[in-house]
Amino acid sequence: MKPTILVPGDAAALALGAEAVAAVVASEAAQRGMAIELVRNGSRGMFWLEPLVDVVVGGERIAYGPVTAADVPGLFDAGFISGGAHPLRLGPTQQIPYLARQQRVTMRRVGCVDPRSLDDYLANGGGAGLARARAMPAADIVRIVTDSGLRGRGGAAFPTGIKWRTVLDAPAARKYVVCNADEGDSGTFSDRMLLEGDPFGLLEGMAIAGLAVGAAQGYIYVRSEYPHAIAALEAALAQANEWLGSFRIEVRKGAGSYVCGEETAMLESIEGRRGIVRAKPPLPAICGLFGQPTVINNLITLASVPDILARGAGWYRDFGVGRSRGTLPFQLAGNIRYGGLVEVPFGLTLRQLLYDFGGGSRSGRPLRAVQVGGPLGAYLPASQFDTVLDYEAFAALGGVGAGLGHGGIVAFDDTVDMAKQARYAMKFCAIESCGKCTPCRIGSTRGVEVIDRIRGGQHEQIDLLRELCETMTHGSLCAMGSMTPIPVTSALNHFPEDFR
Amino acid sequence: MDSLARVASIIEQQHARPGALLPILHEIQDALGCIPPDSVPLIAQGLNLSRAEVHGVISYYAHFRQTPPGRHVVRVCCAEACQSVGGEALAEHARARLAGSDVTLEPVYCLGLCAIGPALQIDETKLHARVTPEKFDALIEAMEAAR
Repeated sequence: MKPTILVPGDAAALALGAEAVAAVVASEAAQRGMAIELVRNGSRGMFWLEPLVDVVVGGERIAYGPVTAADVPGLFDAGFISGGAHPLRLGPTQQIPYLARQQRVTMRRVGCVDPRSLDDYLANGGGAGLARARAMPAADIVRIVTDSGLRGRGGAAFPTGIKWRTVLDAPAARKYVVCNADEGDSGTFSDRMLLEGDPFGLLEGMAIAGLAVGAAQGYIYVRSEYPHAIAALEAALAQANEWLGSFRIEVRKGAGSYVCGEETAMLESIEGRRGIVRAKPPLPAICGLFGQPTVINNLITLASVPDILARGAGWYRDFGVGRSRGTLPFQLAGNIRYGGLVEVPFGLTLRQLLYDFGGGSRSGRPLRAVQVGGPLGAYLPASQFDTVLDYEAFAALGGVGAGLGHGGIVAFDDTVDMAKQARYAMKFCAIESCGKCTPCRIGSTRGVEVIDRIRGGQHEQIDLLRELCETMTHGSLCAMGSMTPIPVTSALNHFPEDFR
Repeated sequence: MDSLARVASIIEQQHARPGALLPILHEIQDALGCIPPDSVPLIAQGLNLSRAEVHGVISYYAHFRQTPPGRHVVRVCCAEACQSVGGEALAEHARARLAGSDVTLEPVYCLGLCAIGPALQIDETKLHARVTPEKFDALIEAMEAAR
């Protein structure tokens, strides 16, 4: 058998030079007359080590990283193909502490398998969930998902089984499954990593959802900012048609609109219109895509389903705490030393993630603020770093309605100006507002102006800003307008000195 | 094939899909670099929409453009994770460096490279991470030298 060398094709690895590394690996091997198998895997999500090159020695992966193209000839000289000693040698990949301390469930195949090979997917535990689902009545599939305690991983944390039940019970000749892969939150990249590293897991989850609710057509809405993810997904789909049976999946490419991550705006976009949110009710589960009952789930939610079917509701429910069951792939981002993907059961504290995994700031300065859950998430001060990472603990935080969102965590050091961050929150809302409702469309622009006046010395305007936030929170049609006040008010509450 | 004939053939191939407008617009822009204004009546007719509806969709989405971009398109991430590691200074530097050049500079709100910012994207598919102003200049010089 030819020795296997794995060089990630993940977008983050590519941004750090993986393409050049792969090219030199291939040319060096050819020059030395060595036949190798070069696999472009996903990333393990330890980005300070990317490009992280794996070799397979005695069935075990040995990691080298971060590898530059210039390192490659030296790696060959050191016999890295058989695990030879080299300053970049990191040892067995799974034993790297960052990985060893995680419990990879949904993301367990990412970085391990060849994302372009259905055979590899099936040989690594894929397919078992779909096979089980095919042998059971739809209502049983829904019950297993309900019993697992799985909640929507896109941010709203709605119980998945209950959503599926609603669609199953809705009488209609046509139903749809829509996967929300419009991962627009800054600080998040788990959807991208899964699309690029284990796309078949998503396809299987969607096919199971189709069986559970009686849908034969699925759509995956991926943002246009992720061209590599779209290519990986298309390549997977081209192989998966037969395996998916009668369930058809189509990829739809977004076009640079953040609000299209809101489920009803996404439906409008798929239908070929501007991404303007719809008033609810009716719920998409009753009247969704093309007016038909539609399951809309985040990609991580859907990709969690195959293992739940294969291993049982109880197995999944045993991870986590309280009403937050299972695992969440957290994403450590921003000014953080060891940024990357950390999939753990709910229940760790923010501090554990930031310091035990993240190693503190990248700049070496103290961490001052952390934004959890994307542009609509709260800014937390150091005094709240001991908050437990579960849905309920975050919802209870300081009365600002914070959430865990999609699990993105963006760290800032003590050079951050929180009044400027609050301004950015309003500015982002002004740029991305779909324009349907006034509090969001106009309120965001007024918010930028008011914060500018506060920063200019008119401190009495803080009351006006709070009033404006109040109006946006209660008067907006969707989360874009109603949650933009969260980063603003949390910055005001926890960092008042920055507004003086 | 001239560009309108190209547009007509794309519409012909795609118009029967449910919700065909965005896929059609993407394909036109991928083929021609932009969605030329004179293609709007063709699209409207092909999909049985008003020209206003088609124009509304094109102008709503940041990704679609109605005029050709510069020789290269550089998108610098301006979202929070990149801000936390100097993204704004990079964007400022990029604006100054590319002023008057034939490179189109655009903001982008997240490339999913949030642990290795500041990040940027060149011509849709080429990604770069931990970009300092010095590294930016080197990238631009390499891009110009490759012409």
